[in-house]
Amino acid sequence: MIFRGKVWKFGDNISTDHIAPGRYFHLRSNLPELAKHVLEDADPEFARKMSKGDMLAAGKNFGLGSSREHAPTIMKIAGISCVLAKSFARIFYRNAINVGLPVIQCDTDRIDEGDKLEIDLEKGKVVNKTKGIELNFSPFPPVMRKILDDGGLLSHIQKYKDFQLE
Amino acid sequence: MGKTIAEKIISEHCGKEAQAGDFVVARVDVCLVQNGTGPLAIRQLQKIGLEKAHNPQRTVLFIDHAVPSPRKELSNDHTLLREFARKTKAFLSDVGDGICHQVIVESFVNPGDILIGADSHSCTAGALGAFATGMGSTDVAIGIALGKTWLRVPETFRINVEGDFQKGVYPKDLMLHIIGLIGADGATYKALEFDGETIRKMSISGRLTLCNMAVEAGAKAGLVASDEVTRSFLEDQGRGDKFREIKPDPDATYERVINIKASEIEPTVSLPHTVDNTTPVEKVKGVKIDQVFIGTCTNGRMEDLRIAARILKDNHRHPRCRLVIGPASRNIYLEAMKEGILEILVKAGAVILPPGCGPCVGIHEGVLADGERCLSTQNRNFLGRMGNPKAFIYLASPATAAATAIKGEITDPREVL
Repeated sequence: MIFRGKVWKFGDNISTDHIAPGRYFHLRSNLPELAKHVLEDADPEFARKMSKGDMLAAGKNFGLGSSREHAPTIMKIAGISCVLAKSFARIFYRNAINVGLPVIQCDTDRIDEGDKLEIDLEKGKVVNKTKGIELNFSPFPPVMRKILDDGGLLSHIQKYKDFQLE
Repeated sequence: MGKTIAEKIISEHCGKEAQAGDFVVARVDVCLVQNGTGPLAIRQLQKIGLEKAHNPQRTVLFIDHAVPSPRKELSNDHTLLREFARKTKAFLSDVGDGICHQVIVESFVNPGDILIGADSHSCTAGALGAFATGMGSTDVAIGIALGKTWLRVPETFRINVEGDFQKGVYPKDLMLHIIGLIGADGATYKALEFDGETIRKMSISGRLTLCNMAVEAGAKAGLVASDEVTRSFLEDQGRGDKFREIKPDPDATYERVINIKASEIEPTVSLPHTVDNTTPVEKVKGVKIDQVFIGTCTNGRMEDLRIAARILKDNHRHPRCRLVIGPASRNIYLEAMKEGILEILVKAGAVILPPGCGPCVGIHEGVLADGERCLSTQNRNFLGRMGNPKAFIYLASPATAAATAIKGEITDPREVL
């Protein structure tokens, strides 16, 4: 799978509270409406500025905090194609795979806002078209790869009626 | 080869000898969702026609985040949880029963269990010697329906704590200190195993505080070996027969060992806006505080309320500083009432909340104004956490919180004890 898109840059420790603020708790059963507030506490203008297919490049520990799966879900609904970060918090990483949002751990210091990237998930390669450089990332563990390939955990279970990971 | 607590429990649940780094599919004993994550979990199951609970008596749906409901959208979410409980015979913990992580240890989880919860602080139950971890709605939904989940067996950091705390220092200070030491991502994907003389002497209440905040260092689980303290806690809950000894093998392999002297820990505070931004209370004394909140799954237990009452007895909150107190469960509320603690706190100017998550969820019962500072016993101080991204949250122990409420500024509890 190959993704192409433009980057929005964020710093370290972007929490799920930044992505899906608690004050919109009442919108959790109305995800398209909640998606209008995606990343609002990291950048109040973000939902209005971004376009479908855009990517995020962040620092370390992206997605820390609350287990709310609404965070990666509204990023996907808003049209973010994938998230690159130096590191991810565990629950967010797992949730992102489950909802089919690719998350890529790589050296994001070499990516700036507005850069155009081409990402090859199979080859584990990020090409920064703007800077003319290539970055590699480790392939997903086979279990996660399988879930991502099946289109998320729900589709995986629907397909096999069970976990089919080994 | 010796096993850590996490390796032991996961091995028992996946039918093979599991070691750190292995990916396994494991049986799950207890599943929990709450009203922020449960509706999405239920809708996921409905989407694939799998609306059932594999083990209904140990599937618990909690209505605890913002209760009683402050608005109609949340009321409708509550209805969805109640209907699912009726259909599947799952257990419903309704408005006023208490916070999921407290009720689950009072009534549902046992040593040696695997618990998955759609709430990041599900790691709290590790204090009883269970492998308990937070996941998202879909993972827990599948756990509810199939009674299993997939896990990567975590490497373990062993945290040895020896010696006695100084006066005015509590498990919360220890945990804030540890998170400050290793960082908010210092234990990502790892399990934290707490041991040493200090932990062995510590009550379940204190152990719950430690394990609750394991996730604030990025950890997958916080664990304490089960022992006589655990047995006596379970007996008090009427579940003495569920006691099992769970402890690591002496030759278990640890990725990292951290040794801490309890006597060197000082009353500690996390400054806005990350939990690992810690400093001794001494260094930020005098910072004006608009609201103090004592409660939550971190510090809303009897021990915490007793400490607060001891400090607030015959005292009064500062006129500039609101004092909000929330017992973590109905049982705690009742016990605090019987002990006369609620009376002391109310006379000191506190407002007592119904059992639940209170202002930590950020939508009611103490949302902060622009520019306000709150000192809270909760576990997170992220920007916007208490409903306003223009407010500031400081985290501390119930003793520091009570002392701060009296002075209206951050205060070292040793000054009032």
